Amino acid sequence: MANITQAYYKMFILDELADKKTAIHRINPVAKIIVTLIYLLFVVSYNKYDIIGLMPLFFYPVIIMSVGDIPFKPMLAGLIIAAPLVIGVGIFNPLLDRTIVSTVSGIGISAGMLSFMALLVKCCLTVLAALLLLATTGMNKIAAAMQSLHIPQIFIMQLLLTYRYISVLMGETARVYHAYTLRAPHQKGVSSKVWGSLIGLLLLRTYDRASRLYQAMKLRGFENQFFGINLDKLEKKDIIYLLGWTTFFIIVRFINIPMLFGVLVTGVIK
Amino acid sequence: MHMADALITPLVGGAMFIASAKVGSHSINKIKSQLDDSKIPLMGVMGAFVFATQMINFSIPGTGSSGHLGGGMLLAAILGPYAGFLAMAAILTIQALFFADGGLLALGCNIFNLGFYTCFIAYPFVYKRILKKGYSTPRIIGASILASIVGLQLGAFSVVVQTMLSGKIELSFTTFLLLMQFIHLAIGIVEGLVTAAVINFLWKARPELMEGSGAAGNIGYRVSFNRILTLLIIAALVIGGVVSLVASGNPDGLEWSLYNSLRRVELMSEGGLDQILAELQNKLAILPDYSFKSKAGASEQAGTSVSGVIGAAITLLLAAGVGMFIKAMNRKQKKNNA
Repeated sequence: MANITQAYYKMFILDELADKKTAIHRINPVAKIIVTLIYLLFVVSYNKYDIIGLMPLFFYPVIIMSVGDIPFKPMLAGLIIAAPLVIGVGIFNPLLDRTIVSTVSGIGISAGMLSFMALLVKCCLTVLAALLLLATTGMNKIAAAMQSLHIPQIFIMQLLLTYRYISVLMGETARVYHAYTLRAPHQKGVSSKVWGSLIGLLLLRTYDRASRLYQAMKLRGFENQFFGINLDKLEKKDIIYLLGWTTFFIIVRFINIPMLFGVLVTGVIK
Repeated sequence: MHMADALITPLVGGAMFIASAKVGSHSINKIKSQLDDSKIPLMGVMGAFVFATQMINFSIPGTGSSGHLGGGMLLAAILGPYAGFLAMAAILTIQALFFADGGLLALGCNIFNLGFYTCFIAYPFVYKRILKKGYSTPRIIGASILASIVGLQLGAFSVVVQTMLSGKIELSFTTFLLLMQFIHLAIGIVEGLVTAAVINFLWKARPELMEGSGAAGNIGYRVSFNRILTLLIIAALVIGGVVSLVASGNPDGLEWSLYNSLRRVELMSEGGLDQILAELQNKLAILPDYSFKSKAGASEQAGTSVSGVIGAAITLLLAAGVGMFIKAMNRKQKKNNA
């Protein structure tokens, strides 16, 4: 049980990283959301064999991580969670598409292997981009940015309440489980007979607690609206951030920079 | 069941985003006037609950794979279809942000696959129909299992269609379809049982919470058939539009079927820019008879040639170098400040 609670607490690490005050953290959340979306669009727009062309896009996560002072470990954890589906579906590519496109010291490289590798690279890049958005912006500011992007109030409220009530649910789960183990000390795990009622009870307890929290919020003037952070207007630095990255993405999308490097180097060697 | 960003093309992602946003705004309009204070915390709690259940993976016997519950049926049964759909959208947004599970581009796909079919097809046409004569334990079990299976089967089918339209994997449509439908049949049964257990308990302990049972103000639980039809037609048009766009803009999706039937790899040329690039590279290279000078299309070489691999390595090293440089500068600055 301690493991489950720990696992849940781990998910808040990224949100806590957003409290830092680096140059990236200070960029307007709206600009960061837009850059992230543009980046994602560029990543998935590459053709399915183009691994080499994708390489310059690694600059984006690397720069954000180093300027934003974001540790790599929680990012890796995110990759581990998100990768299985892509691996599970893509693993068939090398088996199904066996046309050899090149041989490197006698070992044939099939088109399927290339497309699988490209899929993994894309998975890596898209996951990092999404996690970095949260780690450099934080949930509250993302919600505030959504508001300025005219996303409906009801949805933003639902988003924030769900997020906040996760910790309420976690607390109640720990309490219910604690009570259960105290009453059934020699039992391993929870008997399957009571799963339904235990989960139901957990829901009711969480709901009651959440209702009390909500009433307390109402008494303090909460009007079903998100009064979080008021975002400033886009400043010069935000526009530069937005345009700078977009220009970079466009350049690397249309000019194969790694290939230029490669040709230069191999040309020199020869 | 969560689609990943890497598996879709921008067009499929964008189209599904529009479809989900359309259903979402329709749902918001429906519940806006009827949202009362007892429902708001319930929506949050149910969201948190389904979020947690989606995190727990269980293994599926005999397949070697694992699955997790979708939770869409539970949300619809307790909150009603409109609030249920919104709760699902919020859950998936949090997952995309916190775990990149699914992903931001694929968010539209995921909301549609997990939210639309359960809340707007399985709930009104299966669950509600079975429970028309009122709640009883056997009826709750039957309705939950059947509705969960229907919802998940449709969602799984949708995943297959979206992946195939994007054309990034080599699995054949039928193989992928059979795999997905079979695995989600197993998940559907488990999901149905869990949903039934929770609903049954809630119905006995706190009947007023049950959506549509009367007391707690039903948030638009009636779903009109015409509305659903309209939504489905819009979705179909949007998806259809994507296919035609794919045909013109991005040949990946269409060529995909050729790959499979002919087993022939045809690395696509990016067109004019590549040509210019190739010429530029020819001029830049000191020994012009290296790989780029060959007569084959430049992009065919792009995937495999030695220069490409070396160039990629240099780019990666450069990226890492820039990162380390910035880190070092930061540390220096911190030291100076201290």
